[in-house]
Amino acid sequence: MTVPDAAGLRRRTQDLLAAHPPATTGRTDFLKARFDAGLAWVHYPAGLGGLDAPRSLQPVVDAELAAAGAPDNDPRRIGIGLGMAAPTILGVGTDEQKQRFLRPLWVGEEVWCQLFSEPGAGSDLAALGTRAVRDGEDWVIDGQKVWTSSAHLARWAILIARTDPDLPKHRGISYFICDMTDPGVEVRPLRQITGEAEFNEVFLTGVRIPDSRRLGPVGEGWKVAQTTLMNERVSIGGSRIPREGGMIGPVARTWRERPELRTHDLHQRLLTLWVEAEVARLTGTRLRQQLVAGQPGPEGSGMKLAFARLNQEISGLEVELLGDEGMLYDDWTMRRPELVDFTGRDAGYRYLRSKGNSIEGGTSEVLLNIVAERVLGLPAEPRNDKDVAWKDLAR
Amino acid sequence: MTAPTEETQAPDLLYSEAEEDLRAAVRALLADRSDAPAVLARVESGTPYDPRLWKALAAGIGAAGLLVPEELGGQGASHREAAVVLEELGRAVTPAPYLTGAVVATQTLLALGTPDGPVAALLAELAAGRRVAVLAVPFAAPAPDAAQPAGVVAGRVEGTVTGVADAATADVLLVPTTDGLYAVETGAEGVAVEPLVPLDLTRPLATVTLAGAAGTRLADGASAVAAVRRGLLAGAGLLASEQLGIAEWCLTETVRYTRERHQFNRPVGSFQALKHRMAQLWLEVVSARAAARNAADALATGSPDTLLAVAVAQAYCSGVAVHAAEECVQLHGGIGMTWEHPAHLYLKRAKADSIAYGTAGRHRGTIAELMELPAP
Repeated sequence: MTVPDAAGLRRRTQDLLAAHPPATTGRTDFLKARFDAGLAWVHYPAGLGGLDAPRSLQPVVDAELAAAGAPDNDPRRIGIGLGMAAPTILGVGTDEQKQRFLRPLWVGEEVWCQLFSEPGAGSDLAALGTRAVRDGEDWVIDGQKVWTSSAHLARWAILIARTDPDLPKHRGISYFICDMTDPGVEVRPLRQITGEAEFNEVFLTGVRIPDSRRLGPVGEGWKVAQTTLMNERVSIGGSRIPREGGMIGPVARTWRERPELRTHDLHQRLLTLWVEAEVARLTGTRLRQQLVAGQPGPEGSGMKLAFARLNQEISGLEVELLGDEGMLYDDWTMRRPELVDFTGRDAGYRYLRSKGNSIEGGTSEVLLNIVAERVLGLPAEPRNDKDVAWKDLAR
Repeated sequence: MTAPTEETQAPDLLYSEAEEDLRAAVRALLADRSDAPAVLARVESGTPYDPRLWKALAAGIGAAGLLVPEELGGQGASHREAAVVLEELGRAVTPAPYLTGAVVATQTLLALGTPDGPVAALLAELAAGRRVAVLAVPFAAPAPDAAQPAGVVAGRVEGTVTGVADAATADVLLVPTTDGLYAVETGAEGVAVEPLVPLDLTRPLATVTLAGAAGTRLADGASAVAAVRRGLLAGAGLLASEQLGIAEWCLTETVRYTRERHQFNRPVGSFQALKHRMAQLWLEVVSARAAARNAADALATGSPDTLLAVAVAQAYCSGVAVHAAEECVQLHGGIGMTWEHPAHLYLKRAKADSIAYGTAGRHRGTIAELMELPAP
């Protein structure tokens, strides 16, 4: 089959719309038909929702579909499946795994979550202790995972677990697909400092996973996970914002609307942060221009660092600006939000939630190490954990 | 209230191929003629400028005429290209009257409108690198309102202006007076240029005293004020690119040194306490580049956002250059405190630059006005 160009994709999209008019087709049926037409992610292989076309042509399809009022697959709801599970399955999965999992994943019939972090393995993820022990055709999983978003909604999970404790930590890990409906899987909400629970703790007790749901070779799980994590960092730092579009927006509006709150000290701090927010926005713009021009730079690794600090400082200033109102909180009710919305709530929520920005998806301290070593080429610190069997590491 | 939160047009924040070629030419010239030992020897001699280097840069590469249209003898390029030259001059902490002459004075003359007569003649001389003009205002002045306009008595210019950068090397002074803008030859009778002892040895400052000096009137009062404002705006905007160059050199050199320097049987650059500081600086340099390119592009395209873009670039890049130079001295340890090591040249340039054309605080004040974020 020849790879379609933009005109070819446009024609295929019109054919899809003609055969399955969005107005009279159910949402899931339309999405399935779109997947089967190869218009889900055009850069994926034919038969797996794509057409082997360049990834850059996806917007051609999306624009045609949006113009026709076609439903989308609500990508924010299934972000872990799309951003992390799918590329991993495509990269190292068997043909059976690709056929079984990718279609319901993309359509959104099956939500995915990620079972990586553990109470004892955060920044040092490779030290994880959840065990996977071979038993006949199955692996038996025992351990505890944490900071799992969507675990209470998920049908499947990507899981990394230790298959050989006698090897050094990076080499004894394997990568699995875990069925979240297995009786040994227990999901508990993890309440945060904001009062709500975006995430979960997941307890795995004697969970049986058939060997056919292993992703990649035994012992190669760390290598496979690296690609997955790279996708996560890029997606957290890369979105486009207009001037005053981030957290500085609500503070600037309050400043303009409520002169009685203004002090000289707050004014200086507001302006300093306003400048930093505007420069961070320009830096993001420049990064995107580099990507479009085909000159990707290492700047992406810095954006998450910049936004984490800015969000924290700006929301801290906002709480202070509000004075006695800053001592109040909108709602401590334990809730389970599906999506995080920084602007939908009060300053106190923003202040507390943004504390997680420098922890989730790689702490700022670890990211600074990554910039220092991979971008600047500074030498690594001496390490005493690389050639030691995992079972002999201090815990 | 509606503050201008909408960008009017998307700025081009990248470097073109031609701009990279220009950078390579300037960098090669400076590496050849003006490396750190040469700069140090020059500033110790008391005459930091190297006329042969200026000729090669201004005339040979054509950098002096980048802002000047071709029909007036220039290169017909823009602020984007001049910004690249300034990045390199900052990186090499080169003593050269480029920012003051080829940017501020040249921009002031260009802003006088369709130039002919003496303005056109002077622009052609400047663009060709044959002569150097500087604006006779204090280097720290953020706007013409803060300048000290000279008086004019019977066609002769009278007054004293302190802290004028590069006056000692200039052939012509552009003097804002109560009677408009005058061009005064530095060699003319009644002109005294008294060198001061500058913090930044690579950019000399002087007190200019005009005692009945003869000059040529280039523009009336209103045009002069607008033109000087435009010249200083271009100076502030492109100073950000010089500051970016300073910060880049400081970071690169600090990384290089801490990889090689061993203490405690390790490269000191392997200590996390130092790595995090350098990674943080890298982030600041990356951000400064976006801010500086944004200002240069706004000046080049005449964007309605220019005032804001320049103020943001100055409010941000001044601090980055100073921070980078201070970290450079500290992370070099003892050698960073020596006269022999060039780090001090960058520290002094960065600190003086943080005052030039208005401090970061002055520019934040401008942002407060533009964005309708008023003081109490």
